[in-house]
Amino acid sequence: MNVLLWVTDWLSAPEQWSGTAGIPARFAEHLGYSGLALLLSALIAVPIGLLTGHTGRGGFLAASLANVARALPTIGVLMLVVLAAGIGLVPVMAALVALAVPPILVNTYEGVRGVDPQVRDAARGMGMRGREVLLRVELPVALPLILVGLRTAAIQVVSTATIAAYVGIGGLGRFIVDGQARRQFEMVAGGALLVVVMALLVAALFYLLRRFLVAPGLRRSPGS
Amino acid sequence: MNGAPLIDWDWITRNLDDPIGTRLLEHLYLSFAPLLLGLLLALPLGIACARWRPLYPPVFTGVNVLYAIPSIALFFLLLPYTGFSAWTAIIPLGLYTLAILVPNVVSGLAQVPDHVRQAAVAMGFGPLRRLIQVELPVALPVIVAGLRIAAVATISMVSVASLVGIGGLGQLILTEGFRRQFPTPIVVGIVLSVALAFVVDGLLVLAQRALTPWTRDRDPVARARPRTVGAAKGGNA
Repeated sequence: MNVLLWVTDWLSAPEQWSGTAGIPARFAEHLGYSGLALLLSALIAVPIGLLTGHTGRGGFLAASLANVARALPTIGVLMLVVLAAGIGLVPVMAALVALAVPPILVNTYEGVRGVDPQVRDAARGMGMRGREVLLRVELPVALPLILVGLRTAAIQVVSTATIAAYVGIGGLGRFIVDGQARRQFEMVAGGALLVVVMALLVAALFYLLRRFLVAPGLRRSPGS
Repeated sequence: MNGAPLIDWDWITRNLDDPIGTRLLEHLYLSFAPLLLGLLLALPLGIACARWRPLYPPVFTGVNVLYAIPSIALFFLLLPYTGFSAWTAIIPLGLYTLAILVPNVVSGLAQVPDHVRQAAVAMGFGPLRRLIQVELPVALPVIVAGLRIAAVATISMVSVASLVGIGGLGQLILTEGFRRQFPTPIVVGIVLSVALAFVVDGLLVLAQRALTPWTRDRDPVARARPRTVGAAKGGNA
């Protein structure tokens, strides 16, 4: 239980809570990288998932590409892009986006594909055009699954953004990498704990999003 | 990169045996061992959760919190205890698979039809024999589906362990490639890692088909039956 005491000591030291290398600043950086990576991934994956799911065309190709991306070693992508573009935000975003796109894409595609054909027919019968069917019927019905995809991606991104510190960028990973370099294990453990806290906050955020965005009639459907 | 080509084929042929071949084998071992460890932990945990449902929510939360711990931190934290042995990579990677495997074991067992369970009881199967000979085989496709996801995730995550010097193909990426500013080993590491993931995924599909022969022709029958029944009814009316 020694370790636990060290970690609480480290967390409660006042010097950790101020300055550009303090916990609040690192937490904000980490949140910033993760948020940006998730936003970029969603901008790529959601439209592609909606379109392939709606038209039924290119779905196999999208799923295959997502499978390849899922198998990519994050650290390899990170380091290849560092060699190509230098240290900075670009390699970190490339690695995190490659990680986050597959779950969002697959869940969006499956969500739209899984919409009951009768619901789709009813929408057409009401005179909706393809675009309206997609945005006003398929998207809301697929939303629970899309949110599950986004949540999976977000938690993986938050946990993996720690690698950003290894290529000289900030975030909570700094505590882990610097703690290891200085043999201060309470710092490594403290950094890891903060990452877990952020992941739990993300999970809570998605719970709230589900509560407020998903239509009441759909909330009891399986998918999460 | 100084305008050097992305792939130096000469380097690849010169290093095909060592380090490329050795790192690939190491990578295979470092992914297989965590999967085995994860399965050995997930099966009893999942079976217990399926039997005593109140156990499931806390276990589910626990394995998901474990999953959120960054892998580098777990590797660094284990280093003082396990040193530079393979366990430093195997233990964290094995624990991560639980977040995928435990829910699949539980939902696989929950999907066993009640009449199947009752038939086993009526045939005089005790709880243990029923579990091993009836429930687990019926749940196998769902468990293997989880194993496939866990296998691909583990194979892609092993490389991170190169930061503590035990990364299989990650060593190729980090020491041969990144530290020497030489892209070829990085590309080789990425390509082989993805290829390994696909081969293992394919082997798991084949293994599942071999282990559950009854699922191979069940689907077409199940799909055909309602249609035939419907047609017969229509004819009668």
